[in-house]
Amino acid sequence: MAPTGDPILEVRDLVKHFPLSQGIVFKRQIGAIKAVDGVSFDLHRGETLGVVGESGCGKSTLAKVLMALERPTSGSVMINGKDMAKARGGDLKRMRRNVQMVMQDPYTSLNPRMTVGDIIGEPYEIHPDVAPKGERRRKVQDLLDVVGLNPDHINRYPHQFSGGQRQRIGIARGLALQPEIIICDEPVSALDVSIQAQVINLLDRLQTEFDLAYIFIAHDLSVVRHISDRVAVMYLGKMVELGKDLEIYDKPAHPYTQALLSAVPVPDPEGREQRERIILQGDPPSPANPPSGCRFRTRCWKAEEICAEEEPLLQIRPGTGHESACHFAETHDVVHAT
Amino acid sequence: MKNTATEVVPAEGGLGNDPLLAVDNLHVEFATRAGLVKAVNGVSYTLNAGETLAVLGESGSGKSVTAQAIMGILDMPPARIPLGEVRFRGTDLLKLKEEARTQIRGQRIAMIFQDALSALNPVFTVGWQIGEMFRVHRGMSRRDAETKAVELMDRVRIPAAKQRVNDYPHQFSGGMRQRIMIAMSIALDPEVLIADEPTTALDVTVQAQIMELLAELQRESNMGLILITHDLGVVADVADKIAVMYGGRIVENAPVHDIYRTPGHPYTKGLLESIPRVDQKGQELYAIKGLPPNLLDMPSGCSFHPRCPYRQDNCVTDVPELYEINPTRNSACHYWREVLDGTDG
Amino acid sequence: MSDIRPAGPPHPETEHDATGQAVAVGTPEPPPDVKPAKQGKPASLWSDAWYDLRRRPLFIFSSVLILILLVIAVFPQWFSSVDPFNAATCQLAQARNPPGSAHWFGTDNLGCDVYSRTIYGARNSIVVGMSTTIVTAIVGGLLGLIAGYRSGATDTVLSRTTEVFFAIPPILGALLILAVFRTGNVWTVMLALAVLAWPMTFRIMRAAVIMAKNQDYVMAARALGAGPGRIMFRHILPNAVAPVIVVATINLGGFIAAEAALSFLGVGIQSPDISWGLMIADARDRFLEAYSPLLFPALFLSVTVLAFIMLGDAVRDALDPKLR
Repeated sequence: MAPTGDPILEVRDLVKHFPLSQGIVFKRQIGAIKAVDGVSFDLHRGETLGVVGESGCGKSTLAKVLMALERPTSGSVMINGKDMAKARGGDLKRMRRNVQMVMQDPYTSLNPRMTVGDIIGEPYEIHPDVAPKGERRRKVQDLLDVVGLNPDHINRYPHQFSGGQRQRIGIARGLALQPEIIICDEPVSALDVSIQAQVINLLDRLQTEFDLAYIFIAHDLSVVRHISDRVAVMYLGKMVELGKDLEIYDKPAHPYTQALLSAVPVPDPEGREQRERIILQGDPPSPANPPSGCRFRTRCWKAEEICAEEEPLLQIRPGTGHESACHFAETHDVVHAT
Repeated sequence: MKNTATEVVPAEGGLGNDPLLAVDNLHVEFATRAGLVKAVNGVSYTLNAGETLAVLGESGSGKSVTAQAIMGILDMPPARIPLGEVRFRGTDLLKLKEEARTQIRGQRIAMIFQDALSALNPVFTVGWQIGEMFRVHRGMSRRDAETKAVELMDRVRIPAAKQRVNDYPHQFSGGMRQRIMIAMSIALDPEVLIADEPTTALDVTVQAQIMELLAELQRESNMGLILITHDLGVVADVADKIAVMYGGRIVENAPVHDIYRTPGHPYTKGLLESIPRVDQKGQELYAIKGLPPNLLDMPSGCSFHPRCPYRQDNCVTDVPELYEINPTRNSACHYWREVLDGTDG
Repeated sequence: MSDIRPAGPPHPETEHDATGQAVAVGTPEPPPDVKPAKQGKPASLWSDAWYDLRRRPLFIFSSVLILILLVIAVFPQWFSSVDPFNAATCQLAQARNPPGSAHWFGTDNLGCDVYSRTIYGARNSIVVGMSTTIVTAIVGGLLGLIAGYRSGATDTVLSRTTEVFFAIPPILGALLILAVFRTGNVWTVMLALAVLAWPMTFRIMRAAVIMAKNQDYVMAARALGAGPGRIMFRHILPNAVAPVIVVATINLGGFIAAEAALSFLGVGIQSPDISWGLMIADARDRFLEAYSPLLFPALFLSVTVLAFIMLGDAVRDALDPKLR
C-alpha cells in the first residue's frame, strides 16, 4: 500500500465558490459561498487519503470537483499530468474513466428502474470501447463476484437488496471502468453498524487487488484512521492539517484537529470521567462570510491578534513533523491524554 | 379510576420499591400489506431516577418502536400491543385512558427526536413553541410563557436567548435546533426523558456539546434518561447500563463497564470487535457476517443464529431465554458462558 | 415506524463475506435463489404496480367497462344492426317513439334509432379522448422534460408560456380556436383541447423531472460520463413518468366530457357525424316529450367519463401509494 513514484492526482489551489445572486430578471451577484477555498494535495497510486471535517467544511464539494461534477472556480486537478479542470468533451469523458466514486446513500444512488446488470453495465454502454458487447454480461457478473454478491442476481432490482448489498453494487459500478482513483464520499455512514466493517474490509481488499488510490471522505474518525495512509482535516473550505495517519491522530498540531479528536466518543467506558474533553463553543461560521485571517479563530482558545490579521498557511511548523495551518501549532496528544 | 394523571400515578416513590419506569414483556406488532411485522417481541427493562439507560441496536431492532410504545405515540392501527406492560411508578400506562396518558406524555415522560427540524413547526417562532408547553399544561399567560421560554433557552445555552426567542426554527443551526427540542422536552421537568438518536444528525463537535448538556440537565433534575442509539462510542461515554436489542428482543443487558470488558452475547461481542482499533491498522476488521434479520421473515430459534460464530444445533430450534449471568446482567444466548470466557465458537 | 425495514421481498439467501467466499446466512437447508420466486412477486417497480393493480376491484371494474367501450368504439356494427349513417333508417313518422322492442332506446326527433346512434357515438368520444391524451402527454411531457432538465432560460420561457395558457378559460379558449378552424370535427376538437391542456402535463412532468434529476443516481451517471440524452431518457424519464401517466388517465375522462360539451354548444362535432354531446343538444328541446334521446347518450357519457377517472385513481394508488 505504500505510495510509490509520481503522484497520480495533483490538486493545486483548488477553489470552488458558489455565487449567491439576487433578482429574477437581472441577476446580480451579492456574494459567494466559499465551499472550497484554496486546497492543494497529492495522491499516489495505491494510497488512501482520508478527508475529515464537519458538515459545511467543503469535503463533499471537494469530491464533486474532483469528479468533474462541478467546475472549479480556479485551480487545477492534474490526473497523470493532465488538467481535468480544463478538459472538455471527449477528453473529459476519457479522463472520467480514471476517477470513479462511491456515494453515501445506497438507497438513492442506484436507479430503481434499472436492474443490477444494467446499473453495473452502464459504464460499458457509455464507454463502449472498454468492453465489447458480447463480453459485457460476463464482465458484470465478474464484478458482482468481486464485490461479494451472487453473480446470478444480475437481473434483480435494487430494492431487492439490503443497504450493505446495495453499497456493494455501487462499488461494483465504480470498479467497472478500472479506474486508478476512487472517491468514497461517506461510503459506510448510511449503513447499519454490523455491516460497516464488511464494506470497509471490501474496500480494503479491492485496494490491494486493483492497486487503487482512495480519497476517503468521512466524519467517522475511527474508520478514517483505519483505512487511511494520510489524513487531511478540513475546516470552512480550507485544509488545516495534513499528515500521516499517526501524525494526525497521535500528534495533532492544529487546535481544530485536537478539538475534533477529543470530541469523538471513545467506545470504552474505562476512565471516561478523567478523559480530556475540548468542547468547542458555538457553530462554525457561514462559508459565505468566513472570518478574516485564520477561519478557526472565532472558536479557538489560542486565538490572538495575529490570527485575525494574517492567514496561516498550510506548512510544516517548528516542533511538528507535518503540515498544519496554525500560527500557534503545537502537538498535543488528545486521544491518549487522561 | 381517577381522572388526572397525578392522581393515577403517584408523584414520588410509587408502590413499595417500584422503579421509575419498567417495561415488562412488551410486544408490538404492525399489520402491513406484506404481512404481520413483529417489531418488538418481549422487551423488558427498568430505569431508575438519575440513571442513564442506553438502548443499543441497529435499524429494525425495535429500539425506537419500544420508545414510541412507552410514549404512547404509536399509530394504532397499524400498530398493536398484544402483550406487555409499561409501568411508570408502578402504574401500567398501557391500561390508562387516553386522557390520563396525555397528562403524562410530555409532562412527566418526554421525548426528543433525531430530526429536530421536522419535529419543530416551521410556521411558529421557537419561543411560541417552547411557551406552548406552559400555556397548554400550566395555563400561563402569553407573556409569562415567553419569559419561561427565554429562561429555558438560557438553560440549554442558546446564546442571546432574549433576542432569538422570536426567531423561526429554520433560522437556527442543527445543533441549536436540537437544543430547542431539548428545551421543549424539559420544560415541565419530566421524570423520564427519552432521547431517540439525539445526535445522529449532528457533527461530532456539536454532538459533544449536546451530550454534555443532556448529562448536566440530568444531574440537575435527577431525571431518568433513556438514550436510544446505534453509536457504541456515545454509549460508552454516558450510559450507566445498556440494553442491546436485536430483531425485536433484548439480547443482553448489563452495566456499562461489564459489557465493554466482557460482552455476554455474540452480537454485542461482534459489534465491539468490529470497531476499528489502533493496533488493527492494516489488518482486516472483524466483521459480523451476513445481514440484519428481515422482520417479515425472522430466523427460527435465536434470531442471531445465522450470523453467529457460536451457533449450535439448538440455536436454530430453541429461542433462548434471557439467562441471568449475575443479578445485574442477562444474556439471551444459550452459550453465554463460552462467550464470556472468550472461547471462540 | 421509522425503525421498520421497508417491506420488500426477503433478502437473498447467500451473502458473500468480505473475502469473497460465499457464506450461507439464512437457514442452511434451502438452496439459494428460491426465495424471491417463492412469493411469485415480480421485481421491477412497473411489474410491482401491475401486480398491485390486478388486485384492486376498482381497477378491474373500470377496466372491464373501458374494454367494453373500446370494443363498441371499434366494432359498433357488432352491437347494432342498424347503420345510423344511412338516412333511410330514420323515419320522421316514427319520431320520438318511446323505448320498445323495435327501438330499444326509442327514437329521436327525426325518427332515428337512439340505440344505434348511441353505440356509434362512442367512437368519436373515445377517439377524441385518447388522441388528446396522447398528444398532450407527448407535447407536455417532452417540453416538461426539457424545461425541468435544462432549467435556466429554457425553463423560464416555457414556464411563462404555460402560464399564459392557464389564464385562458378553457371553454372560451376552445370556442375561439374552433372558430378559427371554422369546421368542427374530431381532429379540430382534439387540437383545440390539446392546445389548452398540454400546460398541465408540462407542469407535472417538469416538477417530477426536477425531483428526479437531483437524485444521486443521476449524479452517478454524470460521473460516468453519460450524456444529456442518456441521463434524460434512461435515468430521469422512467423515474418521472408515473405522475404523468396518472394525470393523463384521469384527464382522458375530462377530454371526453369536454368534447361532448363543445359538440353540445355547436362548435364541436357537426351533424351528420354522431356525438353524444350533439345528441344531447338535439334532444334537449323536446326532453319533456321524449326523455330517451337525451337520457341514453348522457348515461353513456357519464359512465365513460367515470370509468376513466376511476381507472386513473386506481393507477395512482398503485404507482404512488403515498398519494392515497
